[in-house]
Parts: sequence; structure tokens; C-alpha cells
Amino acid sequence: MGFPHPSHSKEHPLLSTHFGDAGARSFDGWVKRGGYEGLKKALQMPRDQVVETVKTSGLRGRGGAGFPTGLKWSFMPKEVSKPHYLVCNADESEPGTFKDREIMRWTPHQLIEGCAIAAHAIGAERIYIYIRGEFTPELKIVRAAVDDAYRGGALGGNVFGSGRRIEVVIHRGAGAYICGEETAMMNSIEGKRGNPRIKPPFPAQAGLWACPTTINNVETLSAVPHIINRGGEWYESLCLGNPKSTGTKLFSVCGHVQRPGNYEVVMGTPMKDLVYDMCGGMRPGRTLKAVIPGGSSVPIMTAAEIEDCPMDYEGIAAKGSMLGSGGMIVMDDSTDIVYQVMRLARFYAHESCAQCTQCREGTAWTTRILERILAGKGKPEDLNLLLDLAENMTGKTICVLSDSCAAPVVSAIKKFPAEFDAYISRRKQAVMVGV
Amino acid sequence: MSAGAHSPAQEESYQPVFVGDALAKLEALFAQYPTRPACLLPALWIVQERRGWISERAVAEVADVLGLTPAYVKGVVTFYTMYHTHPVGRHFVQVCTTSPCNICGAEEVTKSFLKHTGCGELGATSADGRFTVIEVECLGACGFATPVLIDDDFIESVTPERVPGILQGYK
Repeated sequence: MGFPHPSHSKEHPLLSTHFGDAGARSFDGWVKRGGYEGLKKALQMPRDQVVETVKTSGLRGRGGAGFPTGLKWSFMPKEVSKPHYLVCNADESEPGTFKDREIMRWTPHQLIEGCAIAAHAIGAERIYIYIRGEFTPELKIVRAAVDDAYRGGALGGNVFGSGRRIEVVIHRGAGAYICGEETAMMNSIEGKRGNPRIKPPFPAQAGLWACPTTINNVETLSAVPHIINRGGEWYESLCLGNPKSTGTKLFSVCGHVQRPGNYEVVMGTPMKDLVYDMCGGMRPGRTLKAVIPGGSSVPIMTAAEIEDCPMDYEGIAAKGSMLGSGGMIVMDDSTDIVYQVMRLARFYAHESCAQCTQCREGTAWTTRILERILAGKGKPEDLNLLLDLAENMTGKTICVLSDSCAAPVVSAIKKFPAEFDAYISRRKQAVMVGV
Repeated sequence: MSAGAHSPAQEESYQPVFVGDALAKLEALFAQYPTRPACLLPALWIVQERRGWISERAVAEVADVLGLTPAYVKGVVTFYTMYHTHPVGRHFVQVCTTSPCNICGAEEVTKSFLKHTGCGELGATSADGRFTVIEVECLGACGFATPVLIDDDFIESVTPERVPGILQGYK
């Protein structure tokens, strides 16, 4: 079932099968729909075999980085000499992305089941689900589902009679985009400011409280019960040609399309099918100007670039952008690219944790320069200044927030130079005052 | 707006948060985290749920119950945007204006809230103490532009025209 639109024939619902079906929210409702069979099956399997199955499936992290999930799990120590932790990243805050909230609000038990299987696979007894503070309905729904799962025996000291202890704690965020970065998230769970940590050590060696820790995204974990139920080979076969990108992916499409929403497709589906067909294309009388395909942190694509772009990790990378989180921002010809890039820069400046100079200063100055361009006070050399700043913001900091601010700015200047020139040459009227 | 927040009168009349069921709630948290400092974010949520904001005295109290210094706690409080360090209106309105919503008209929604609440400007509290309106960075509901969070109510697809009707539900 699609949401908020009926499923399109080009979709391949797997994780989203029960979106819009409130009956799937309860423990009993989930069991009736075949839920928790994956967990029961996994508990019968040795840890290594669960990891191997996920490796075979080709599942890669759906939060943005695309790291192979089974490989990540295999980094956890074999011997459990101190506590192992699983963290579920439900801090969905990447502009353009709203898929994890649908998973949580319609199918919380799909997530809990995936979490429990992952905990078994990595030898963890405790799972922290980190939900962003603003997701008030989802916090309520997932909390209720966790209580239900304890009552139903899917969580607790003896999960489904296996002797395994698996507990879930819900940790509410408090408004900080940066806490979606895995090491910042660990600091936040430890009761600290959400500053990212220097890696190494990687979380599998020293994560939460210096113990081995794995962090996975909501969508990644929600795919796991399906993989265990139907096998790694089956999931791997959901592929339209590129064996490095397998399975289904939820794309959140927002902005100027007729039917914004979440669409689940097999990796490799053409981007133009999603934009023009499934989402119904542009509003009447409008044409496509640009797409930011993977959440706001990735380079902007032009209308021409999406014409022959397969939506998988490598396909979008070949077009100079990234699949990222699958949050797709569609902009038609009414969009002021300079203004929207300024809004994105302002977002990153607001969300910078400020521990690295390049990011703290770079995001703030990028915003100020863009604001002055929009105020009709731009100078011809400002574009080179922005590009120079961007270079100093890329690959030089502890985490990639700074890079994420630079990516849309650089790509916008390169792909839409006329829009910047129009303000700088005063051909276009200033839209900002008081800058 | 925070002029009276740290007045001596208020300091003297401070009643601890962590008594009764709030204390019981805090103690239940201790079982969920291996260290007491890790309970800081949930402890701050308990304070804000009960007091509406987190005062200097509350910072000191939280520091005391978790074995931290007030400076450390304040550092954490000020890092996270959802913790209020000064009193706000009875109803706290957060309008998403990041790019995906921005291109769908979110700034007009903000203007409508500022007008109909009487707040006038962002961050200010209305004269009757009823509302404070702020812009918030991405609420994560971009397909349902414009999402607005009023207290704990998450409202989707808000248009400028819907604002007066929505506000009627908040006295």
C-alpha cells in the first residue's frame, strides 16, 4: 500500500506494504500480517549465519552513506567480553527525507523486529532507538509498540523462549540535526552535547560508553525481517542490473510534484519514472528545473541530468550526485535557486555543532555571502569566494556537515550560474532587505 | 521576555522538580542507562514537561541529582534547540521553513501565524502570553508541506488560510 497515495504499478512495496493500514500498528495486528516470523527464525540461527544472510542480500545503509550492512555487523567482536549495543538511528532530519517517520507511524513492529534480529546478530542485549524530539506522534506510537512487544514476548529477558535477552530503550532527541551523525548520536545518548567524535576508533570497537556498538538507520533495520524470512538471495535478486545496489528503496519525494509522498521501488528504477509518472510530474503549466536527489546534502541535478539516471547508489553517483537518504526535492521553474541554496546554507549554519572551524565559520559565511547576493549587494568575485570557501569546507572536518553545506552551493553555482549573475549584475531585483 | 526569569523572588520560591512521581520517573531511567550522566536528556525533558522551560535553578537541580556540574548541564541544555532557556508562551508554535517547505510557501504560513497569534515577530511571545512562534529547521515531513508543531501536536499540510481555525484549538 502506498502512502499517502495508492500504490503505483511501478512501485515494489515491501517495507511500505502496510503504510496507511492502522491495523498493522499493534502487536497482534503485526503478527496477523506475518510479523515476528523473521525474528523467530533468526533466533534459531547462529549469529554468524544471520550476518552472512544479510551480507548475501547486498543490503546497504539506507540513512545516506550506503555502507554494506552485513559487513558493518561483521566488524563487531565475536566474543562478548563487555556489553554490545545496537543503536537505531531514527533522528530523521535530512531536509527532503520523511520515510522513517512513515515506517515508524504505520509499522513500528517492523522496525522493532528488525532491531531485535540485528541485536541477536551482533550479540547485543540492549537497543537504543534514537527518535528525533520533534517526532511526537512517532514517539508515542513506537513507545506503545515497544510496550506491546515486551508483553508479546518479542522483547525482554527470554525472547520467544530462546533464552536471549533483548531490551529496547527509546531515547528522545532534543532538536539537533547533527545527532543523526552516528558518533554525535552516541554522545547524545551518553548525555553529552552532540559533537561528532574523531574516527577511529570506529563504533564497532569503541562506541557507546566505549563498548562495541552498531548504528543502523530505521529503513535498513526494517528491511532485515524480510531478508531473514525470504533469504539473502531473494533480496539480492531485487535488482535492475547493477549488482552493487540491491533490494527496494523508499524515496521521499517533495516539492513541486503533483503527488508528493513516499514511493518504494526496486533499486535502479529510472528517476524520470518516479518524478514524471509515479509522482504525476509538475503542476500544470510548470516545467522541471532541478532535483536534489538524496536529501539536501547532495549536489543538485538539472532536469536534463535526470532523464537517463537509474536510482541506485552508482547510477546517481555517475551523474555527479548521490543517492543519500533518498529524500528527493523537486523544484520547478518557479524556484529561485539562489534563495533556496541560501536557505539550505542557513540550515547547515544553524545546525553546525561548531567544533570545527571550517564548518562553524564556513557555513556562517556561506550564508552571509548568499544573503548579500540576494540583497543586491553581491560582487562579481563573490562566486569565486563561495567556491573557495566550499573547497576549504570539504574533506577537512570531523564529520561531513560542512561538506553537506558545500555540495548544493558548488553544484548550484556550476549548473545555474545565470541565476547568481542576475542578482550580482542587478538585473534581478533584490529579494532580501536589511542584510 | 525573560526579564523576570532570574529574579531573586523566583530564586527563593524555587520548588524542586524531582519529588514524587517526577523522582520516580527519574529513578526508573537509571535502570535504562549504565551511567547517571546518560540520563541527562530525559531528565531535562521531565523538567521542561513540568515547568515549561529550564531555569538556572533547574539546571542546578538536575546537575545535583545526576552528579554533574551546573556548567556541564548548561552546556548540554544550550546545545539542543528544543530546550527552552527562558519562559515561552503557553503554546509554542514551530513552523518548518527549510527549502522543501519553503518552495511550497512556508514563509507565508509563518507570516499568517505571526499575524493571527499577535506575536508580530519570530521568538516573541504574544501580549496575552498565549503564543510564541518560531521558524524551525526541517521537521521531517517535507511531503506534507507545511508541517507545524504546536506543543506536541504535529499538524501537516498547513496553509495560511488554515491558521485561524487551527489556533482556535489553543486557548
